[in-house]
Amino acid sequence: MLTDFGRILIFLLIGAVFTAGGFVGAWLLRPRRPYPGKLSTYECGEEPIGNSWVKFNIRFYVVALIFLVFDVEVVFLFPWALVFKSFGMFAFIEMVVFLAILIVGYAYVWVKGDLDWDKPEPKVSRYVKGVGVVSDDAPEMNEHAAA
Amino acid sequence: MGLLDKQFDNSNIVITSLDNLLNWARLSSLWQMQFGLACCAIEMMAASASNFDMMRFGVIPRATPRQCDVMIVSGTVTLKMASRIKRLYDQMSEPRYVISMGSCSNCGGPYWEHGYHVLKGVDRVIPVDVYVPGCPPRPEALIEGLMKLQEKVRNESLAKKKIA
Repeated sequence: MLTDFGRILIFLLIGAVFTAGGFVGAWLLRPRRPYPGKLSTYECGEEPIGNSWVKFNIRFYVVALIFLVFDVEVVFLFPWALVFKSFGMFAFIEMVVFLAILIVGYAYVWVKGDLDWDKPEPKVSRYVKGVGVVSDDAPEMNEHAAA
Repeated sequence: MGLLDKQFDNSNIVITSLDNLLNWARLSSLWQMQFGLACCAIEMMAASASNFDMMRFGVIPRATPRQCDVMIVSGTVTLKMASRIKRLYDQMSEPRYVISMGSCSNCGGPYWEHGYHVLKGVDRVIPVDVYVPGCPPRPEALIEGLMKLQEKVRNESLAKKKIA
């Protein structure tokens, strides 16, 4: 007789036939009158402009990442607040350690300037004839080249 | 393939039975385009709410024209909105029907003479199946219009019409 997984197989087969039947039935019946206006992208009645594959500014990535970290932190804070009284001092120290780790990361990002929306122009080293590679970022290298 | 696109010369029992089945299915699930234009939209919402309960006719508001069968143009069609309505109607999948609700979308309503910004009837941009008069029509009137549309759908046929 059927095993338990045999029943699942029958279930899957019926599901597949049901889904395929819907698609085939619709394909047999439906009127097919495509034209550009009908095939155009639905944008709440507005004229669709441009491509949906737009580029997002990379600066959103860092902000999103930091948001995610603190989002998860809050998720951890809620259950912690619930059991805080029964766990006492141990829970408090544990959470302080956790927060400190995150804050170190946050301070790192802040100091590095990743939170500034306007980034400073990148300094690109250039080649000067007779002098060598000149970089405004590393003056000691210029001295080497000159010497 | 595309059975609903075909027209048959002779109607026989298969075609009439299929007609009955398809029409019954269609008229029992006339999903409406979820959009309102003016004060008629308030009455349309009242018709959808519990007192009048348009959902018992199978009218479910859908948020995309791809899933809609009927567009209830409920209210003043301004010239700015007219091009949008045309585009939304184009994007609906067939078969599609239009109910023009209220005087404004029937003929321009109170703006018929001096409304420099109002389209004088939505039938100037899209074909209308049922006109519901009123300013605004009560929910009962809209439901009657809907039932008229159901009657129209019920009488559709895959057989070619005989010219008497």
